[in-house]
Amino acid sequence: MKFYRSHLLIGIDDSSLQAGVKEFETALRNELAKHNLTDEINILETGTLGYFGTGISMLVYPEQVTYVNLKLEYIPEIVSEHFLKGRIVHKYILDKLSSKYDFNYQGRIVLKNSGVIDPENIEEYIGTGGYEAWEKALLEMKPEEIVAEVKASGLRGRGGAGFPAGLKWSFTQPLAAEQKYLVINADEGEPGTFKDRLIMEGDPHKLMEGIMIASYAIGATKAYIYIRGEYKLCISRLRKAIDQAKEYGLLGKNIFESGFDLDVEIKIGAGAYVCGEETALIESMEGNRGTPRSKPPFPGVKGAWQRPTVVNNVETITNVPAIIKNGAEWFKGFGVEGCTGTKVYTIMGDVSMPGLCEVDMGTELRKIINEFGGGMKNNRKFKAALVGGAAGVFLSEKLLDVKMDFNSLNEYAAVLGSGAILVMNEEVDIVEMLWSVIRFFRHESCGKCSPCSNGNEILYKLINNIRNGEGKEKDLDLMLHIAAVMNDTSFCALGESLLLPVKSAIENFREDFLQRMK
Amino acid sequence: MPIFINGREFELKPGETVLEVALRNDIYIPHLCFHPKTGKAGKCRACIVEVEGRRGLLTSCNLVAEEGMKVVTDSKQVKDAQKIIVDLILSSGHHDCLSCEQNGNCELQDAAYYLGIERPSFDLAPAEIETDNSSEFIFVDRSKCISCGRCVEGCTRTVVNEVLNFANRGFETRISFDNELPMGESTCVQCGECVQLCPVGAIIDSRMIGRGRTWELEKVETVCPYCGVGCKLEMHVDRQKNEIIRVTGVEDSPTNEGMLCVKGRYGFDFVSSQDRITTPLIKENGKFRAADWAEVIPYVGKKLKAIKKEFGSDAIAGLTSAKVTNEENFAFQKFMRSEIGTNNVDHCARL
Repeated sequence: MKFYRSHLLIGIDDSSLQAGVKEFETALRNELAKHNLTDEINILETGTLGYFGTGISMLVYPEQVTYVNLKLEYIPEIVSEHFLKGRIVHKYILDKLSSKYDFNYQGRIVLKNSGVIDPENIEEYIGTGGYEAWEKALLEMKPEEIVAEVKASGLRGRGGAGFPAGLKWSFTQPLAAEQKYLVINADEGEPGTFKDRLIMEGDPHKLMEGIMIASYAIGATKAYIYIRGEYKLCISRLRKAIDQAKEYGLLGKNIFESGFDLDVEIKIGAGAYVCGEETALIESMEGNRGTPRSKPPFPGVKGAWQRPTVVNNVETITNVPAIIKNGAEWFKGFGVEGCTGTKVYTIMGDVSMPGLCEVDMGTELRKIINEFGGGMKNNRKFKAALVGGAAGVFLSEKLLDVKMDFNSLNEYAAVLGSGAILVMNEEVDIVEMLWSVIRFFRHESCGKCSPCSNGNEILYKLINNIRNGEGKEKDLDLMLHIAAVMNDTSFCALGESLLLPVKSAIENFREDFLQRMK
Repeated sequence: MPIFINGREFELKPGETVLEVALRNDIYIPHLCFHPKTGKAGKCRACIVEVEGRRGLLTSCNLVAEEGMKVVTDSKQVKDAQKIIVDLILSSGHHDCLSCEQNGNCELQDAAYYLGIERPSFDLAPAEIETDNSSEFIFVDRSKCISCGRCVEGCTRTVVNEVLNFANRGFETRISFDNELPMGESTCVQCGECVQLCPVGAIIDSRMIGRGRTWELEKVETVCPYCGVGCKLEMHVDRQKNEIIRVTGVEDSPTNEGMLCVKGRYGFDFVSSQDRITTPLIKENGKFRAADWAEVIPYVGKKLKAIKKEFGSDAIAGLTSAKVTNEENFAFQKFMRSEIGTNNVDHCARL
């Protein structure tokens, strides 16, 4: 094996690809060759480095400095100064807040390898201890032991509803069925959420390992990854991961001579928000119109093609290998009582450093915004945070100390949802924000049930009236009433969701609405 | 143990839903998408009820009735929510009862009446009324459609013609014939099952338009005069004009469960056709002339005998009608075989 004195990790994700990372990499290689550094410095492609909106980013080991917003013309300077003479080029690095950014890499379970290994190389994943949990699960554990372990870990679904994963599996595991399925919900549609994309781009093999363990645990010999079509890079990396896993005998027939068969297939979705709802996802996967099914029967009993099917979110499943490898007790060391483990958040809006971070469940919102989001951009005053995506809650400043976990947020009638945090400064008008949320739901309502399709339409008309200065104060009460009926009577969570943003916006920021009525 | 609905006790049959128990016992719960034939859909959400010990409002159409269940269908909370739901549906289209053919025969009207909704409260109806008159017998007014899905379900699963489906999403959801073709250009065979199932006035028989309100027409149950299946149907008759205005299938008939074909549902013109033969005719010198039965029967008998004698039995063939009874057809073939002596007998059931 060859030794290098320095490793350069270049983050390849959708945004860096748009910024031209491929040309950058070629130019960098040429420049290194010019200085005869090719044998000393190794360039590695990896997943996202965890920052958002920073163009081309590069992490340099062993110094652990990150260059951001890189351009082709910086290359000669960086190569000659840093890689030849050993002087860090401070003007290009993420130094202003970098001490805080180290936290981004602490306590990581899901994103542990993201930005560290080459996601397209199975050997790098194995080198970090990857697939050990799969071997342990398949050869040393019984399916019911795996289910019990995941149940004991307290892992809750990361897709939004927070249903205990082990419990979900325990409904399907004992069923005797000719065929069972595991479906991975990678249809990440919640506005402002891109955690699953970055998990899949950064460490596809970890998802694969989670799929293998979960499939074996519930007795599924076929797993599907239902992924949105826009996630081109994820799809190609997952396809590579599946091929490599097959080549290494981790997937296929009679794995490790255990008698267990597993095949994984990718199904590409068309980007409808409602297809994140598990029964609509199954309908879409079967080739039908993406609308939710009536429950019961639940998918765990009758799901895809009427067979028992467990549907889990990407982040949920990606937690599984670490739980199996290190045990439930280890996992419970993260997070809080009743809400164990870590959570990946995507922080956006008026913060200095939008991006994603993985922290313990139960971390205060204030801490997440200030430390991992870099605080308010340009030191503007904080006004509101929309937590949990479009189906989330507008939190005002007095609620900033809320602990971010399923239970604590429930106390404030809020939700953790998908983990999207949209931060707004004092200049933002909540009327505009709510308008945008309602417009989104109106567009994404599938039309199956009447309260959701008609209710969204009338809410959209009412918010438009308010926005145009034609609203009356009683319209606010009407909006709350309609949203409440939608919450009580809609077919699926899509129609139910709207109450949270409408209620929290009107109750916490009523002044903004009254302002438009003067 | 029985089930309790609004404090009253009812027996339940295995597998029945709360809505089915209620309807069987004449307790009205507004429902627009449920139909016994197309089953629960859970789409309109108007059939919500409260159940003691269960959280929130539940749709009774897909709630399996359980022993000892305590259901309330008329609490304030239920009716308030139903009122918003039905009001929104009523507001979402041009539901103008005054001129609507289904006035008096409309399930949305029934729901609005039950809930005391006099007129729609919300400004939701599309600016333009979109109608489709391209097909032979069926008129479609999309501005009256409430997306209940009965027609889609009926077309796809009951009659398995698979012409109808939904297009678009959300408030823009609309029924579509094949891939958004006008009905007349689609593969629709005009069986009218969608008309039979539509709870409102969105899909109606085009030939009944303007020819009588539902309560003015006398309903006469009879059997379809066409083929041998024997579908039960209901004629809606204008007694004064002695005209059949429309035909519907009888839902509780085990033969056809309300389904009809294009002939049974729409082929009743002949009844009052001017060209209809009302007396026997005899051809003389290449021309038909009217005759009566007393003259015709001996005449035909004489002719048949003569032909049989001269050319043999097999020179004669008999063709009868599917529109007469089995007994009459039996008698006819018996006559042909034993009296005439030929097996040349058939009838017109070649649908």
